[in-house]
Amino acid sequence: MITDIATIRLEVALESVETPFAQHPSNSDWPQEHVAREIRPAPDRYRNVLGKYKIDRSARCASCGKCVEVCQYGVHVKPAGYAFTLRPKDHLCIGPECANSDKSCIAQCPQKALSISRNASTDAMGDPRWSSDLILATWHQAATGHPAPSHLEQRRGASGGGFDRLCFKFEAPEFFGEGTQGANPNGGDPVAIAIEDIDTSLDLNRRGDERPQVHIDIPVYGGGMSFGSVSIHTILAKARAATAWNSFTCTGEGGYHDRLRPYDDHVITQVATGLFGVREETIQRVRIVEFKYAQGAKPGLGGHLLGDKNTPPVARMREAVAGNALFSPFPFHSVYSVEDHKKHLDWIKEVNPNCLVSVKVSTPTDVDMVAVGSYYAGAHIVHLDGSYGGTGAAPDIAKKNIAMPIEYAIPKVHKFLVAEGIRDEITLTASGGIRTAYDALKAIALGADCVVIGTAEMVALGCVRCACCESGRGCPRGIATTDPDLVEQISMEWATQRLINLHNAWREQMLAVLARLGMRSIRELRGRSDLLCYLSDEPAAAEEVSL
Amino acid sequence: MPDRYHIHTAPAGPRFHRVGKFGNVDWREDCSRCSNCVKLRCLYEVYRHEAAYNRDPLVSVETLNECKACLSCVQGCTKGLLSVSVNPEFLAMGDDYWKPDMLLSTWVQADAGKIPVSGAGYRGRFSGPGFDSIWTDMSEIVRPTRDGIHGREYISTSVDIGPKPMRLRFSAEGALLSSPSRLLEIQLPAILDLPGWPVESKHLAAARAKAAEELKSLAMMPADEASELPSDLLACVVPILNENDIDARRDLVAAVRMAQVADGPRTAELAGRLQAINPQLVVSVRMVLSPSTADRVMELSGQGIKVFHLCADQHGRERLEDGRTGRHIKDALRDVHGRLVKEGLRDEVTLIVSGGIALAEHMAKAIICGADLVAVDTPPLVALGCHVCGGGQACDAGRNCPIDIGTVDADYAARRIVNLMGAWHSHLIEVLGAMGIREVRRLRGEVGRAIFMEDIEKEAFGDLARVPRAGVQA
Repeated sequence: MITDIATIRLEVALESVETPFAQHPSNSDWPQEHVAREIRPAPDRYRNVLGKYKIDRSARCASCGKCVEVCQYGVHVKPAGYAFTLRPKDHLCIGPECANSDKSCIAQCPQKALSISRNASTDAMGDPRWSSDLILATWHQAATGHPAPSHLEQRRGASGGGFDRLCFKFEAPEFFGEGTQGANPNGGDPVAIAIEDIDTSLDLNRRGDERPQVHIDIPVYGGGMSFGSVSIHTILAKARAATAWNSFTCTGEGGYHDRLRPYDDHVITQVATGLFGVREETIQRVRIVEFKYAQGAKPGLGGHLLGDKNTPPVARMREAVAGNALFSPFPFHSVYSVEDHKKHLDWIKEVNPNCLVSVKVSTPTDVDMVAVGSYYAGAHIVHLDGSYGGTGAAPDIAKKNIAMPIEYAIPKVHKFLVAEGIRDEITLTASGGIRTAYDALKAIALGADCVVIGTAEMVALGCVRCACCESGRGCPRGIATTDPDLVEQISMEWATQRLINLHNAWREQMLAVLARLGMRSIRELRGRSDLLCYLSDEPAAAEEVSL
Repeated sequence: MPDRYHIHTAPAGPRFHRVGKFGNVDWREDCSRCSNCVKLRCLYEVYRHEAAYNRDPLVSVETLNECKACLSCVQGCTKGLLSVSVNPEFLAMGDDYWKPDMLLSTWVQADAGKIPVSGAGYRGRFSGPGFDSIWTDMSEIVRPTRDGIHGREYISTSVDIGPKPMRLRFSAEGALLSSPSRLLEIQLPAILDLPGWPVESKHLAAARAKAAEELKSLAMMPADEASELPSDLLACVVPILNENDIDARRDLVAAVRMAQVADGPRTAELAGRLQAINPQLVVSVRMVLSPSTADRVMELSGQGIKVFHLCADQHGRERLEDGRTGRHIKDALRDVHGRLVKEGLRDEVTLIVSGGIALAEHMAKAIICGADLVAVDTPPLVALGCHVCGGGQACDAGRNCPIDIGTVDADYAARRIVNLMGAWHSHLIEVLGAMGIREVRRLRGEVGRAIFMEDIEKEAFGDLARVPRAGVQA
């Protein structure tokens, strides 16, 4: 059997230990707030929590309490003094796995009053890329701070390609015995590695120039989502979670909200083609500035905030007229060559001599050349945004068809940078379809240094991917909206905790995989595509192509 | 520069209750009448609209099944009584090519000519057969077009149909020997083909002609239907003629700009007869797309025929002689296109491809694979609300059509078709704009500006060990 390592609960010392205030040179002139890296329960904010299964209690129930007695998962509750058993908390039910045990409420019920079925509402949620299992698993991780139980698939979606076709060799029966816990992938004697000795941190400045080092504690940071596209609570929660994890969030294109000032050290200022809300001081106060050339959701098409969402506060920050649709043109009209591109980066470096510069590009066929060009133009980070991701409103045709998915772009760029001999002088960041901790690990094994996430954070806050974020009052679930009523559905504290928890759950899964691979650092995993295998439909292809 | 081509769209709502994707299910029993009812707070007022419909079936019919499945009501109901599920009627529409989501998207585009926009990234399968295994390119930093999407630079979508002589020939005295060019320029690389299966409606041919006129495109139809149209529409009509029609319909042949004959043993002769009646006429040959298409195109090209309409089956595949299906258009077209390039003839001939062109992206991808333009057969029907019952096989337009397509009014139908093609035009601009290409003529055969799954999969994952999918825990 495959050990479901993701469900191994890791006794990481994080839950109790307060992390020291991160020590780094700051470019901010604002008092920086400390956010504790504490893992606390942050349960679903809705009254009825969605589960994979639904338990129906018929009128035959005699409230004998047998189900309360047998269920190990807290599905059935009958508080002291109550005559009746409460409505089943069926989101806690693990389904058929339990039905085969002697702890099954269905089998044990003397009245045969209980029945179980798949929850139709849950089945109506999600899509092949984000299956309902992935959404539920992400909710579980955000609620508890730990990996989801095994009845929820939390590693892969159901898209039938890309990351969903890749797995680590240790997950495949063909390679059992290879790369198992304590094995040494570099050959030699097996090494047992303690979880607490594994490092998930990363330095982002690899150019060796005189600019300060920027260190992040997890190989994950938050993607750009502008004020206007998402609510201020969402933005602040992302920034606070980034602060807690000594990582980053990004302003997106829409200006730098004043309420982000206490987190300046963990914010990336984005300079995008529309230059909405970009000012010299917003470039000077941060440690990383990002140029957005293109975004994966709509590669080559620029940005678009629909008029409905351009409310007066949004318009004020973007220095635009409220109610008008705001287009961010494509491309930068000041950049039509790699030389122009260098001029752009030099401009930012001049305005802020102490920042790193990141270049966010999408994934055309010549993405490898773009990455090399960015390196020679002086970028510290090349951020590839694959075409299947993105959170913003985009034409459906662009989301599906334009530019290549990130799974293809990472190895293409990684191999090219290696061949050019500059791989170790630039940080390669991947985004656009990184849904799970396993996606992140696979992206790193394919050649990225770290990943950027967007949708995964939205899902952690309760997104069901109904895709209604772009128009009208915006997100019905209060995440991607600036509607004053809808925004109030989530509090900043709750949202912060959900994201801190999600990052912890991801980190626990990363540590478990690294331990299994015998690696002491996430940096050792980069480019180790030899540890992956491809799930093929052809049975005949079940042998190794190359080693 | 001539006036910029623009398709004027105008809202034209559906005629019938539309099948939506999600349905709300609720159980009245056990409701505690708590008055915190989440149904009242539905952001999209779905419950209110459905209640209104229950009282009066004529009220706002188009809002039925408009639930977006945000699940706010399901999760918020005090007693957890509500549920949402995917509408089985929705899932039953179309076939495995025309998926219900494609129908819904096409209907919405035909409503007002707008392109569908949504948030939260791509939602479908990673890739699929046929066109779903191609991604189009984008141009990152260095690109020739300054913002074609938002109108600051014009992106041309016009294409030429007809023989294109590669050079002019002159006599020793300097007199022009080449015959004058007979190019027919249309503004959209899509023309309106016959429906993919017989549909009984008197008005459909007129609707296609009217739509083609407004689109500055062309509409194909059998000669007898074309003859019944008012003469002012004929410039946009392509009659399909058979041997006996030609002499009987000399007036029609003289009035149109392009005509079509089915491929057969006497194709060149028929083409010659048509040309004799109307020297300016562009004659095209309609042929079934098959593995021998490239040979036949070469043969006919040698006989002076330069416009070919290659018809794939409804799912975009070759039709083999034994009735089986062959390769997808994308592969078959690359074959034909490649052969013509190799023989030095590609710029002389025009390739029109039809069959399986269901979405705007298929138009762009077929052109990338080597077509000059596409002909759309089923999408205009879907624009009118067609459910593509059983992939068209189950069509019974005479009696049981869910949208009563036989009774559709020609003007209304033309409006919906124009709206749909207007949305397709915008889609094409998006794809061209992302690539930094200024005109669709340059997209033809530009396989370098596309990413083919079979190539990229090998490049990215070719060095990974392969294991059978079935062996790994889902």
